[in-house]
Amino acid sequence: MSRRIIVPFGPQHPVLPEPIHLDLVLQDERVVEAIPSIGYIHRGLETLVAKREYPEYVYIAERTCGICSFIHGMTYCQGVEQVMNLEVPERALFLRTIWSEYSRMHSHLLWLGLFADAIGFENLFMASWRLRESVLDVLEETTGGRVIQGSCKVGGVRRDIPGETLECMVRDLEGFERDFKEIANVFLRDESIIARTRGVGVLSHGDAYHLGAVGPTARGSGVAIDLRKTGYAAYGKIHFKPVVETDGDCYARCAVRVKEVFSSIDIVRQAAAKIPEGEIEVKPKGNPNGECFSRAEQPRGELVHYVKGDGSRHLVRSRIRTPTLTNVPPLVKMLAGCELADVPVIVLSIDPCIGCMER
Amino acid sequence: MAFFEMAKTAILTTLKSPATRRYPAVSAKVTAISRGRVTIDPARCISCGMCMRKCPSGAICVVKDEKTWSVDRLKCVVCNCCVEVCPAHCLTMETGYSPSMTVHEGIEVVQITYVKPERPPQKGAEEKSGQGS
Ligand code: SF4
Ligand code: SF4
Repeated sequence: MSRRIIVPFGPQHPVLPEPIHLDLVLQDERVVEAIPSIGYIHRGLETLVAKREYPEYVYIAERTCGICSFIHGMTYCQGVEQVMNLEVPERALFLRTIWSEYSRMHSHLLWLGLFADAIGFENLFMASWRLRESVLDVLEETTGGRVIQGSCKVGGVRRDIPGETLECMVRDLEGFERDFKEIANVFLRDESIIARTRGVGVLSHGDAYHLGAVGPTARGSGVAIDLRKTGYAAYGKIHFKPVVETDGDCYARCAVRVKEVFSSIDIVRQAAAKIPEGEIEVKPKGNPNGECFSRAEQPRGELVHYVKGDGSRHLVRSRIRTPTLTNVPPLVKMLAGCELADVPVIVLSIDPCIGCMER
Repeated sequence: MAFFEMAKTAILTTLKSPATRRYPAVSAKVTAISRGRVTIDPARCISCGMCMRKCPSGAICVVKDEKTWSVDRLKCVVCNCCVEVCPAHCLTMETGYSPSMTVHEGIEVVQITYVKPERPPQKGAEEKSGQGS
């Protein structure tokens, strides 16, 4: 038996967009164990809740993550609204759903690009990001911000999407879907992608469930958990099925995300068809007094915002549990037994968002 | 399983014009509601300090005695909050970004030129006291 050595992986590594450190215990080329350490970019956003009034904290909650910022803002608002017993107007809920789905498309396309890049498929990486740009353009046109939308507020949304714009968005989705089909085929069928991802980093159904995997990582292993099915925002009025794959390897996780982009397109279409006319916000009266766990489905999985108020303008506690944090134990499990050369692909396959994990 | 799935997209890409813009020869894409940077109309600011209190990043500083309004461009996260809360509606969100700068140039100080309009004193005071009694 050969000697065991430890190879440090990260926090700076070409494949990692954000810093996480893994100590890889190797025997020859095989990883025996992976020991993660986090804490490189802790920003203390939760503490800021005591210094900013609760309506302004939305801006900070949104900046937890630079990719799914809208959903962070929305989840925080949902929590505060629940504490204050606010009835959010229907139209605002539909608008939140539409923006959430656009965020999901943009996040998944970003990830698909990064994944292609990790595999070494530069051309595909650029094709994905070119498509993502068209999603960002829609977000900028409707909210004013490409990445940080800033359109959610306690009690509703800040901006309305006029009817014509909505029609135009739905029309543009057709072209987007056609273009995305082209690259989706590459991700799902191309020989080189399959060779690099099939059977790599397998997470069994049982492990995914017991280690608390969420989002596409869980759904790639056949665990059909999708928080959108709980019917927050307007999801209760929309028909869709969670995308589930059963193989549990990197290919399955990639396939889940590819198919979720199609399901997002469908959700936006349904929401645009069903959106009612009316108000887009209610004015909150008084201050939040009480506590609430608010949950939502981020592109990476289940996001939890805990808010606690004591009847003053400032909340006393905010706690954010992001999906990447719960996906780290499954990641450690996937890494055990893999080849060193597969580590980048496996790490990326959980779609790690370290900035939002450490808040 | 298939070979050369990407070939069609890749070949078409070489035939199409570039997806990116030739910035700065072609200006960057902005929409009517894009958030670029905050500007102030110093003639209308009433120095109430609301923007300073509500700014989530603490970028604004209003000094009432010196009649100055300043914003730290490098701290500002362009969230539009100050524009929404300003009671005098003197802040606007421009669509263009502020140019790149060094740390020391980030703070922009504006002298507030607002003058409280003179109230016709006698008549107003009389009316008020009349109402009060
Ligand atoms: S835009 Fe936001 S961060 Fe910038 S000065 Fe205004 S309130 Fe502060
Ligand atoms: S800019 Fe507006 S909010 Fe800020 S001090 Fe002046 S009047 Fe008040």
